[in-house]
Amino acid sequence: MTVLDPTPLIDIRDLRVTFNTPRGPAEAICGVDLSLKPGEVLGIVGESGSGKSVAMMALMHLLPPSATITGSVTFHGRELVGAPRAEMDRLRGAKIGMIFQDPLTAFNPVLTVGAQIVEALRLHDAALSKRAAWDRAVELLAEVAIPQPDRRAAQYPHEFSGGMRQRAMIAMAIANRPELLIADEPTTALDVTVQAQIMDVLHKLREERGIGLILITHDLGVVAGAADRIAVMYSGRIVEQGTVDDVFYASRHPYTRGLIAALPRLDGGDGPLTAIEGTPPSLFNRPRGCAFRPRCPVALAPCGEDVPPLRRAGVVESACWRAADLAEVPV
Amino acid sequence: MTDRTLDMALPAANSRPSAAARALAALRRLPAPALFGGAVVLFWVIAALTVQYWGLPEPLQIAGKRLQAPSLSHWLGTDALGRDVLSRTLHGAVFSVPVAIGVVAAGVAIGAALGAIAGYVGGVVDGLIMRLVDVTVAFPPILLAMTVAAILGPGLVNAAFAMVIVWWPIYARLMRAQVLEVREREHVEAAVAGGAGHTRVLCVHILPLCWTPILVNATMDFGQVVLLAASLSFIGLGASPPTPEWGSMISEGASRFYNWWVAFGPGMAILTLVLGFSFLGDGLRDLLDPRSS
Repeated sequence: MTVLDPTPLIDIRDLRVTFNTPRGPAEAICGVDLSLKPGEVLGIVGESGSGKSVAMMALMHLLPPSATITGSVTFHGRELVGAPRAEMDRLRGAKIGMIFQDPLTAFNPVLTVGAQIVEALRLHDAALSKRAAWDRAVELLAEVAIPQPDRRAAQYPHEFSGGMRQRAMIAMAIANRPELLIADEPTTALDVTVQAQIMDVLHKLREERGIGLILITHDLGVVAGAADRIAVMYSGRIVEQGTVDDVFYASRHPYTRGLIAALPRLDGGDGPLTAIEGTPPSLFNRPRGCAFRPRCPVALAPCGEDVPPLRRAGVVESACWRAADLAEVPV
Repeated sequence: MTDRTLDMALPAANSRPSAAARALAALRRLPAPALFGGAVVLFWVIAALTVQYWGLPEPLQIAGKRLQAPSLSHWLGTDALGRDVLSRTLHGAVFSVPVAIGVVAAGVAIGAALGAIAGYVGGVVDGLIMRLVDVTVAFPPILLAMTVAAILGPGLVNAAFAMVIVWWPIYARLMRAQVLEVREREHVEAAVAGGAGHTRVLCVHILPLCWTPILVNATMDFGQVVLLAASLSFIGLGASPPTPEWGSMISEGASRFYNWWVAFGPGMAILTLVLGFSFLGDGLRDLLDPRSS
């Protein structure tokens, strides 16, 4: 039912984030449009520094005061940009949950895991008794497949293994049944087998509860298995967007193609891994025109004139002046 | 399989050691000097609480001939008025120990509160509080305490008040530095992302991680306060003469060089108590700070 609901859960329009730094203003996000329907999973992919985390932190109001945020972010039609702290406190942790990259540092080290989930619960439901909240916390830990949840709840975060901590973090994030979950590199700090378990837990949540999920990652493999749609970010902009299959098989952006080509393959033979040459541009010194131009294998002189807008190209949306030409070249 | 082995190593939920048991375990890990220091401090605290039941002569009562050298009847001799020095020394704890505890507690309360606010709020508030701290620490402690005590008039309570004014800035600085460090940690951001308000973030997620250096510093400072209180009394700004306060007792004994025992008792009392607190503080730091040793 919620899946068919056409109104977006969250709608981001022309989001811009500028940091005031001693070296001058640094525009980390230069106009991002995104929307997510209830129950949908959106993967945001990009290199470190592409702005994917900053965009999410901006909508959660987690950026330092040196950041200037403009544009519009509506959650259920409510404007979040410029919303007062009290309103954000009612939303954060209740309607919008967030999972952090490093589950060890994201837990308060001096409180037991159970106590922290209890706190998350009682923060948004003052009527809940401590006893009842504790029982809920144990249930939540069970829900994310933590063995012996009643004992585990009484332990401190450092007594958990990495994978269990991340599962406990998820349990805490979903404690108040949020409609939107933002996962910022949820599997990056974990080894591959544990990654699969975490993705399993997230997948289940989405199936059972219809939670909308924004998955931030630099790992295309993670997105491929979990997301409905992908948005690829580069230097503060979305450069390509589409369904997972479309982006993987009909990409119209050389950057995305580079990322896909860089994926190690089991059947790839013994040859060296492909990499995209060069590094992302500095925020203080973006090239004119397309930011990817200096690293782009198919760039032409006019690419340096103007910033390419995100336009429909085949089955995807691509921000590349040569998107049409790329149709000829298979991915 | 891995999970199973892990789970077997788990303690049962209700077998988590109680707070008392954990405190005892921590005590056992204290190095020997710290235990010694703790024992000395404990002795003086007990003395402060129970000395009137020890069957000693009254500290203000003339117990024998004046200026008698230490003997079996007066272990530390008698002073210029014939009062028992041992009794006066032990009764001195009744003043020094509460003053030390009171001054440090008030200093920590004021300093930590202001430091936490300065560190968390930042900006103008931070600037105002920290400039006030700078101004206060710019004076030599004894001079500032003397000035305040002189303005307020002599007396132990006024001296204590003066010492609080000297002491709070140290804790404000310590607390501010801790808060600045802890507030940047990811779990604080996670708490904010979970919807915790300012008070909650500060009190639940930041402050509990800030106490270690303050605790260590406070332990050491007990001794320093004892010393400063005695200094103020010595120069006549603390407790006034008939009171068996260590500083004023030393002051009385200072002019009688050949009757060394008059100053010896209170001198040793200050020495042991200050040293005891120092050893204890050192030990606590070793115990609480994983980086040292």
